[in-house]
Amino acid sequence: MNADQEVILSVRGATKVYPGTIALKSVDFDVRKGAVNVLVGENGAGKSTLMKIISGVEQPTEGTILLNGEPIRMTSTQDAIRNGIGIVFQELNLFPNMTVAENIFITREQCRFGIDIDRTTQEEKSRALMRRLEHDIAVDRPVGELRIGQQQIVEIAKALSQDARILIMDEPTSALSATEVEILFRVIAELKAQGVAIVYISHRLEELVRIGDFITVLRDGSITGSSSMKDIDVPWIVRSMIGASSKDYAKTAEHRYGNEILQIEDITLPRQGGGYMVDHVSLSLRAGEIIGIYGLMGAGRTELFDCIMGRHKHAGGTILVGGRPLPKADVLERINGGLALIPEDRKAEGLIQIMSISDNMTLASLWNYVRGVQIDGKKERATVAQYVRKLAIKIANPDNEVASLSGGNQQKVVIGKALMTDPKVLLMDEPSRGIDIGAKAEVFRTMRRLAADGLGILFVTSDLEEVMALSDRIIVMSKGRITGDFQRVGATEQAVVAASSVGHDITGQTMEARS
Amino acid sequence: MSATITKQAPGLTSSSAVMALLHMRTFIALFLVLIFFSFAAPNFLSTANMVIMSKHVALNAFLAVGMTFVIITGGIDLSVGSIVGLSGMVAGGLIMNGLNLGPIGYTIYFNVVEVVLITLAVGILIGALNGFLITRLNVAPFIATLGTLYVARGFALLSSDGRTFPNLVGNAELGTTGFPFLGSGVILGIPVSIWLLVIIGCGAAYIAGRTPLGRFIYAVGGNERAAALSGVRVNRVKMFVYMFSGFCAAIVGLIISSELVASHPATGESFELNAIAAAVLGGTSMSGGRGKIGGTIVGAFVIGILSDGLVMMGVSSFWQIVIKGVVIIAAVVVDQFQRRLQQRLALQQQAAIGG
Repeated sequence: MNADQEVILSVRGATKVYPGTIALKSVDFDVRKGAVNVLVGENGAGKSTLMKIISGVEQPTEGTILLNGEPIRMTSTQDAIRNGIGIVFQELNLFPNMTVAENIFITREQCRFGIDIDRTTQEEKSRALMRRLEHDIAVDRPVGELRIGQQQIVEIAKALSQDARILIMDEPTSALSATEVEILFRVIAELKAQGVAIVYISHRLEELVRIGDFITVLRDGSITGSSSMKDIDVPWIVRSMIGASSKDYAKTAEHRYGNEILQIEDITLPRQGGGYMVDHVSLSLRAGEIIGIYGLMGAGRTELFDCIMGRHKHAGGTILVGGRPLPKADVLERINGGLALIPEDRKAEGLIQIMSISDNMTLASLWNYVRGVQIDGKKERATVAQYVRKLAIKIANPDNEVASLSGGNQQKVVIGKALMTDPKVLLMDEPSRGIDIGAKAEVFRTMRRLAADGLGILFVTSDLEEVMALSDRIIVMSKGRITGDFQRVGATEQAVVAASSVGHDITGQTMEARS
Repeated sequence: MSATITKQAPGLTSSSAVMALLHMRTFIALFLVLIFFSFAAPNFLSTANMVIMSKHVALNAFLAVGMTFVIITGGIDLSVGSIVGLSGMVAGGLIMNGLNLGPIGYTIYFNVVEVVLITLAVGILIGALNGFLITRLNVAPFIATLGTLYVARGFALLSSDGRTFPNLVGNAELGTTGFPFLGSGVILGIPVSIWLLVIIGCGAAYIAGRTPLGRFIYAVGGNERAAALSGVRVNRVKMFVYMFSGFCAAIVGLIISSELVASHPATGESFELNAIAAAVLGGTSMSGGRGKIGGTIVGAFVIGILSDGLVMMGVSSFWQIVIKGVVIIAAVVVDQFQRRLQQRLALQQQAAIGG
């Protein structure tokens, strides 16, 4: 590989501003012909925004895209396809009830006389594509019947059938088995030899090092590193991704823990089709203590929180808050008992986007402001104002829709809503997801302060650094079970990661945990 | 970033004015319709005509108020027209034939107050059935209420074999007189049905604006999962809105049969569509989470006055249907426009403080 390989597509000074956040800050990005151009970065670093710009889904607020040196303007994925840019999305965009051939030729049906779909030709061409991709998939089968890995191949075939000269792959291996990954890599090598430029996004660093030719690292919307792959190594990538200064974690305020405030015993949540999503989990939390629950996706962490919050009627086990049992699986009773959950998916579960900031904040504690049968507007406004100050939420007007806020401020609104119910225990599911680094630091400081005030905090994270820095105790889950329980002092990253993969057979887990 | 803010800052005030106008749009529409017809149609502004029109409008307004709550939660109630028909038949049947206890040979006659209460209970019960189907059996609101639309209509027809219960003046000996008061009585010069509408309308607006229940109704429609996770009892809220809608429909059934002094099993057909139209015209969003009772009532008046006024002008009733459709679509288009403007304003304010 030499660095003077022909650049087919380049992005210059791309900036993308979303309401409340800047997703990309004047990014330059080159795609080279006949090479695998790797794009890497943490969640929220701006990778997907950059991909959306290249594939015509979004237009940059500022900046230009040059194809073979000519500036182009793409306003839709159709434009991108016309320019020879194909994308295989992380969430597959296939029609499960249609056959493989129908999916490949969707919107470009091969027709006789312009109206009659020529199935024979379509299937013939699809078979040829499958041969090229070394896959023996029957082209007349509905896509819904295929395994995820095979569906991925269909997506790639679809992009190839559009004569893509640039192929974007967003985490293509995330759902593939080891053998399927090998086949995919062979396909990529072959495409490369044919002169196709490949943009490859993944979290699995060893994978990137293996197949990448050029690498670009994004952090917080800016490029922090760009190099030819042969000049760099994994530590370089990690440094560029995380940054030398690391994250600004709040310092531990030294304080004594109080009494046991939350005890959960033998929590079970059956999985459909046998087994357990949450497999006999017991733990206890003391007032003022922060426990971080670390684990891979699907380890049962979110489900555990759901059980604690009473969202699953058929969950087993007992839950005691401050020594008082909460037997009924009912969210309101659990809230009244002193539990509050800050859900992982702020949009879907944390906030009511079309309601005002104020209405969102008081929703869980509304009965506190009721006098007689009506809401005491004055008291409600005063309390909202108090929490807006306390949490330093930046708002123009509490009556504005909550959707007008940035991610970090939205998260603070959710935290405010939880705190207004006067909880004893706060459950936080991925509290730093989707907010920028400054807001993260502030959320972490808030967590520290709340713990110092005597609140027990249980939080879930997939970020190793975060769990190491923030927790007083670390609990690791894997496959629904607790597989590790570490005091902060004495916990090592290696031990935590090893515990998180108990029951999995993965090699090189460290970075997978970041996904 | 700062450049855009300074550029937009002067525009803020003018778009605020536009916002204020857009907020008032249903009122403005009502005002325009009134002015237009007072010139175009003779006698339009006479007191007598106003009273008649208000009585027409009230019927739709009752249904639309109940419908508004249902739509705010993200549902729909197609059964209200049939509940109007069935509750009319229940009231008519009880007054004319009493309740036949079958083989014992006894027939119980209720006085009018009891008849009214029983009828309202029937309306609430059908609403409860809708709510049960939707919350417990997970039937989509459209389907559940479409089903009860047919069931209730079928029972209305069965109750009299498709015939009308005529002459519901009651019998003094049985103590069943006084039913026509509801539909044609007047208190302080204003029809009883208008008083009722004022009571129900204010009550519903109070619930929506000032009580936790109202807040929960909006929350459920805005994001059901987030509401549930905040401790809102989503199923109870949904049960309430469907029962309230059934209650409103039963009132309409009572008023119509009282006014006509007869009940006919086909009464109320397609009323549900007028109710939905009034709610939408008043700014209720079909995707849930948004809507105002006041807007709905004004919306009902706009639709009612439009059709009555056009009748008085001698416009073909076929054209009226076309015009009604155009007005509804225009209302929704303006609504979308307002929403976008509102979001932009909020974002500008937020950008101005650098959040």
